[in-house]
Amino acid sequence: MNIPKELKYRKTHEWVKIDGDTAIQGITDFAQSELSDIAFIELPQIEDKVKAGESCGTIEAVKAVSDLYAALSGEIVETNDKLGSNPEMINESPYTDGWFFKIKISDASEIDNLMNAEEYEKFLAEEH
Amino acid sequence: MTKRTALYDFHVKNNGKMVPFAGYMLPIQFKGIKNEVHSVRNDVGIFDVSHMGEIIVKGKRRKEFVDSITTNSVASLKQNQVQYTMMLYENGGIVDDLLVYNFDDRLLLVVNASNIEKDYEWILKNKWDDIEIENISDDTAQIALQGPHAQRTLEKLTDYNLDDIPFYYTVETNVCGIRVILSRTGYTGEDGFEIYFPNNAADKIYPEIMQAGLEFNIESIGLGARDILRLEMRYMLYGNDITKDTTPLEAGLGWAVKIDKSDFIGRQALIEQKEQGIKRRLCAFEMLEKGIPRHDYEIYREHEKVGFVTSGSSSPSVKKFIGLGYVKVPYNKIGNELFIKIRDKMIKALVIKPPFYKNGSHR
Repeated sequence: MNIPKELKYRKTHEWVKIDGDTAIQGITDFAQSELSDIAFIELPQIEDKVKAGESCGTIEAVKAVSDLYAALSGEIVETNDKLGSNPEMINESPYTDGWFFKIKISDASEIDNLMNAEEYEKFLAEEH
Repeated sequence: MTKRTALYDFHVKNNGKMVPFAGYMLPIQFKGIKNEVHSVRNDVGIFDVSHMGEIIVKGKRRKEFVDSITTNSVASLKQNQVQYTMMLYENGGIVDDLLVYNFDDRLLLVVNASNIEKDYEWILKNKWDDIEIENISDDTAQIALQGPHAQRTLEKLTDYNLDDIPFYYTVETNVCGIRVILSRTGYTGEDGFEIYFPNNAADKIYPEIMQAGLEFNIESIGLGARDILRLEMRYMLYGNDITKDTTPLEAGLGWAVKIDKSDFIGRQALIEQKEQGIKRRLCAFEMLEKGIPRHDYEIYREHEKVGFVTSGSSSPSVKKFIGLGYVKVPYNKIGNELFIKIRDKMIKALVIKPPFYKNGSHR
């Protein structure tokens, strides 16, 4: 299972890459492998305000549908439009081409609640 | 208790993602559901379907007996012919859908895994004194080999001339040196075979077929792709599309009901349903807007609820979102627009003429 060292993780299997006061979010290799064959996703819109841990979209995989949770609170400033026609990028490259959206962080203290790669790996081993 | 098929260890070794299904641990996927669907449509795929049930019926009057508990006509079967049929309750609801294999000394009934016990009890309950029933499900393994290259793969492993087995016929012959029941049948819409043999031969036959199919890009196929392949052909899944609460006439399976053959359980209910007019019918629809219809989602026409979804998925072969559902007559008509309620949104769908996938290689 691929778990890049430089990213932060949530228990619901999102990753974020923090860059100053913004963060890029996607789902982890584990999540894409569990969902398998993603058919399409519904992302939040630019300027939407999202809240950490709350649903802000849906992921429709061939097998089942799941909520997409925001990892941090803030405002959506960019979304990955390429996923509209190429949702398989999430399965193929969950940490690069398969990113979901960029968020302007409203509460930096939430970052402390996220796991680092080592903690996420341990969490996966314990839970699954 | 969840059972394992004879091929369990083999699947785990081949990175099959194992899940419980109908009381068995089975692979839901190997390399990915979409890829597996494409493999079967374009090349060849191998399925472990050992969970399916096998029930033997013996006795001089076996055909008359099975005719009395099934909808299709066993009497009309030629030797070694296979038939799709159903067992019904008195009220016309479906006990199970099944295949009947007509051998010269016995009938073989192939039933759904989730229904093995129920079917066996039902058959025993209605059995005649001179009929012998044997449930050999636990001792029998089954492999399906499906796809345009199924025959070229299999002919490397048997001396039998496969051209001599027409669609929906069976023979008893050797494959990989093992005595098997071999039929040109399947659940995918592609040409292919289903092979039945004792459990202890499974780890010989499966790897040898994999080896023989290498040059045709054979892949192991899981339950996920199996469900999509059958849905693309509008083949029924018991528990979803047909149940004890639906009749063959509602499900569009009238072609497998021979109402005039002789009496059978459920016949009177079907006659009455026909006289009164069928109130709802299973229809095939494709989504006109983005959304995957799933089991039990509601179907609307304007603000009126007119039905419910029984099966749905994203179809890799036709690249559309597709589904089946029971819809109140006359809103089931081909060309009608309906709405599927997907998480509180009304998503537009169009009733189409099935099957969804029209280029299958089956013959």
